Amino acid sequence: MTAAQVVRSEWTKIRSVASTVWTLSLAVVVTIALGMLISALSANGFDGMDPRQRLSFDPTLTSFAGMSLGQLAMIVFGVLVVSNEYSTGMIRTSLAAVPQRGVFLAGKLGVATALALVVSTATAFAAFFLGQAMLGAHGASLGDDGVLRAVIGGGLYMTLIAVFSMGVATMLRSPMLSLGILMPFFFLVSGILGNVDATRRIGRFLPDQAGSRIMRVVVPLDDDTPYGPWGGLGIMVLWVVAALAGGYLLLKKRDA
Amino acid sequence: MIELEGLTKRYGEKVAVNNLTFTVRPGIVTGFLGPNGAGKSTTMRMMLGLDRPTAGDVRIDGKHYDRLRDPLKYIGALLDAKAVHGGRTAFNHLLCLARSNGIPRRRVHEVLDTVGLSSVAGKKAKGFSLGMGQRLGIAGALLGDPRILMFDEPVNGLDPEGIHWIRTLMKTLAAQGRTVFVSSHLMSEMALTADHLVVIGQGRLLADTSMADFIAHNSRTYVRIRSPQRERLLDVLHEAGVTVVESGGATLEVDGTGAERIGELAARHRLVLHELSPQRASLEEAFMRLTAESVEYHAHSDASASPQRWGDGWKRG
Amino acid sequence: MIEAVGLTKRYGDKTAVYNLSFQVRPGAVTGFLGPNGSGKSTTMRMILGLDNPTAGHVTIGGYPYRMLPNAARQVGALLDAKAVHGGRSARNHLLSLAQLSGIPARRVDEVLGVVGLHEVARRRSKGFSLGMGQRLGIAAALLGDPQVLLFDEPVNGLDPEGILWVRNLMKSLAAEGRTVFVSSHLMSEMALTADHLIVIGRGQLLSDMSVKDFISANSADFARVRTPDTEPRQREKLSAALTGAGARVLPEQDGALRVTGLPLPRVSDIAHEAGVRLWELSPHQASLEEAYMRMTQGVVDYRSTTDQREGFHEPLPPGTQPPVPVPGQGQPGWYAPPPPGQGGPHPAAAPGVPQAPAGPYGAPGASGAVPGAPVAPAANPYARPVPRPGREAAADAPPAVAATAAPAATPAVPAGPAGSDVTKPEDAR
Repeated sequence: MTAAQVVRSEWTKIRSVASTVWTLSLAVVVTIALGMLISALSANGFDGMDPRQRLSFDPTLTSFAGMSLGQLAMIVFGVLVVSNEYSTGMIRTSLAAVPQRGVFLAGKLGVATALALVVSTATAFAAFFLGQAMLGAHGASLGDDGVLRAVIGGGLYMTLIAVFSMGVATMLRSPMLSLGILMPFFFLVSGILGNVDATRRIGRFLPDQAGSRIMRVVVPLDDDTPYGPWGGLGIMVLWVVAALAGGYLLLKKRDA
Repeated sequence: MIELEGLTKRYGEKVAVNNLTFTVRPGIVTGFLGPNGAGKSTTMRMMLGLDRPTAGDVRIDGKHYDRLRDPLKYIGALLDAKAVHGGRTAFNHLLCLARSNGIPRRRVHEVLDTVGLSSVAGKKAKGFSLGMGQRLGIAGALLGDPRILMFDEPVNGLDPEGIHWIRTLMKTLAAQGRTVFVSSHLMSEMALTADHLVVIGQGRLLADTSMADFIAHNSRTYVRIRSPQRERLLDVLHEAGVTVVESGGATLEVDGTGAERIGELAARHRLVLHELSPQRASLEEAFMRLTAESVEYHAHSDASASPQRWGDGWKRG
Repeated sequence: MIEAVGLTKRYGDKTAVYNLSFQVRPGAVTGFLGPNGSGKSTTMRMILGLDNPTAGHVTIGGYPYRMLPNAARQVGALLDAKAVHGGRSARNHLLSLAQLSGIPARRVDEVLGVVGLHEVARRRSKGFSLGMGQRLGIAAALLGDPQVLLFDEPVNGLDPEGILWVRNLMKSLAAEGRTVFVSSHLMSEMALTADHLIVIGRGQLLSDMSVKDFISANSADFARVRTPDTEPRQREKLSAALTGAGARVLPEQDGALRVTGLPLPRVSDIAHEAGVRLWELSPHQASLEEAYMRMTQGVVDYRSTTDQREGFHEPLPPGTQPPVPVPGQGQPGWYAPPPPGQGGPHPAAAPGVPQAPAGPYGAPGASGAVPGAPVAPAANPYARPVPRPGREAAADAPPAVAATAAPAATPAVPAGPAGSDVTKPEDAR
């Protein structure tokens, strides 16, 4: 049993189900299309903004606006990669073939993460360039200060969202339960906690709030966030590591 | 060879498997029997390293399951025919398994051919009937050409032709010197397939014997005799100290003496026999007798009485 | 009483059931057999009015199912154990069925008791095992105390105790004068349960007769003879003497002889004359499975390796020809059942049709292949990459036999998976 065999096996698994293609292409299309739409609307509305708004207008972040929805497709991808094994009963077949559960999980998550990273990075660059094209004169260029970092960070952000979902799904096993918790959390709860004054101090340490900081090039005027772009991503990575560790420990301990 | 030693599994208070010790030997088909809830599935899962024993040990060819390099090449298992991602094609399902154990791609084609699924190799597993799913599971078990095979209810969903095929397959695998371990609820099927039996009830080992011994020990066996020289035969048997039960008509029944001895006696006294047949109870009868106390769901024995009584009542009203 | 007349069902081009006429009589358990895809489920569904026949009709007690006054109290059926809303408790599931047809609630508790589910009656059926689901399905079938009962694969998922219980239940229902119609793939189970058999293949009636007649008509009765284990010469001597007297003698796995074509007393006399002592002389009837396999040979839609008939080709009594697949088997009328009680040639062995042995094991004189006996292991079984019994069995047979029998036989053996349409509606449903 070598790690390479497990990786090849997991790659066969991931490419042989339709859900991989569906979720990933949905993530790509939604992120890019929505980013372009919002960029185009912002370009039109730029002249109507007050000076304060113009000052804090972040063209890079605007082109990533589609990620708020696109990340949901990445969550579905991450959850299905893991929980499909459980919902179909395939997990017993898989673990009988690869009894070293750590190797099994690492192989599965490694393959899925690599795939997510490639797709996310490509998406981030595409969303950036197409978004800037929509913004026209108000757009930013890749050479501007902090922009390249934000674009690469956008790819990392989407990847980490997927990996976090994989960790949660490994703990919870059921696809319905995992999606039922993750989707509303990232779509609603996190947004509410991060925008209500009373909870913002805690809310900004949530994985998506902290991680998305890296996509911001222009810092808002009254910003008091206690971490920078990489610090934010670091916080997100801690969340991901915690989810993966929890998943690994449970997989190791549980009966299949 | 599969060796179990003091294997125990507890779920909270409930003991699913209690101190099981037995060995499954190569070269024969070993049947694994027990009522529902006896712990058969749990035992099989522990053999495959899927469930962790609370105590005790299982070794596959002397090693723990998770110490096996490329386990599919040592032991192939059909646990649950539906343990397949329905969205994947039969071929890709097997390819995933093959890849993880370094088994070449052409072997996937071979096993698909063996189980008769070549024509649907490119079809998604969710469209498969139970019988086809079963065949796919068997293909997965054969994939690594393992020396140990384990089948849990292999004939589920198969038609008579398929049942006969899997029976022949298991016997052939055993005849090749492999270890074949098969669980089933179908006693009549087991009687045709297995050479050796391991029976458990409520998680405990009830029997670990050959098929013939199991039936002999758990039910009445006798010899039925018919002869045109009935009176002389009775005398001869009486002189030899053999107990004879007359079962009316021309037949005699003899308890506790083998057909061989009666045949020799008849030959020595030049007696003509028209029948000399050892009668064995069915495996089912023997099994029922052994496990009578350890069945979880008992249906009412007077199944017919109750609907009859009720039928009259409410129909008149 | 269930009566089908000229029942036919087509799905587009595919004919699932063709011109099926039979009667299922009360007071007996009638088994319904056929290979996968032979149209059993379709027939069951038409009996229950779930599918409409393309032609012909089927009635229960004289009425088509949908015209039956209060059908639930006249007909009970177990079709698919998992056709239950998993979130509902067993009791509520039955209660909702009972209320549909005005059956009092206490009857629900009665049938739950009958099937042994009273203790889990209030648990949601989602957590039920296959066997428990099966019991629940049987409870639903019994609910209306019907005179006609249909069961499709009733023992699926049951444990030995449950299997015995279902068998006894069906027999007692029939003994009460009810009509019991059971389909199953388990021949050995059917042999113990059914009194009468209806066999179909490719949607057409193959046979409609009692179990006993069916076995006699489709296979030969035989005698098992054992000579002293200590003297192998005696065995050879007897074998030669019996063959000389016109019997067909085949070795069995445990060293006994399987003698076809001579009555027991005659075997006894021959042994006596030859001075051979007997350790066993017992009458046997072939198994239902053997008879069934012989009858449905050539109508199996879907097969695995080429060896699936191994062990079923022990030669018929002298004077009969082995039944083999015949060209043009799709033609109606070809499947006409043999007259009951006639142990003669299978209808397949139509005169004038060239008879090819069905496989190496069907070739007369291929005594190297012991029916039912495991193939002798080759020198190094593990050296073989593929555990493919068919090929290996052929390879392991004595070369002479394989060389002579195989070439002639190959064309008659349907190749491997037979390119059949295994995703036909029957299977997918």
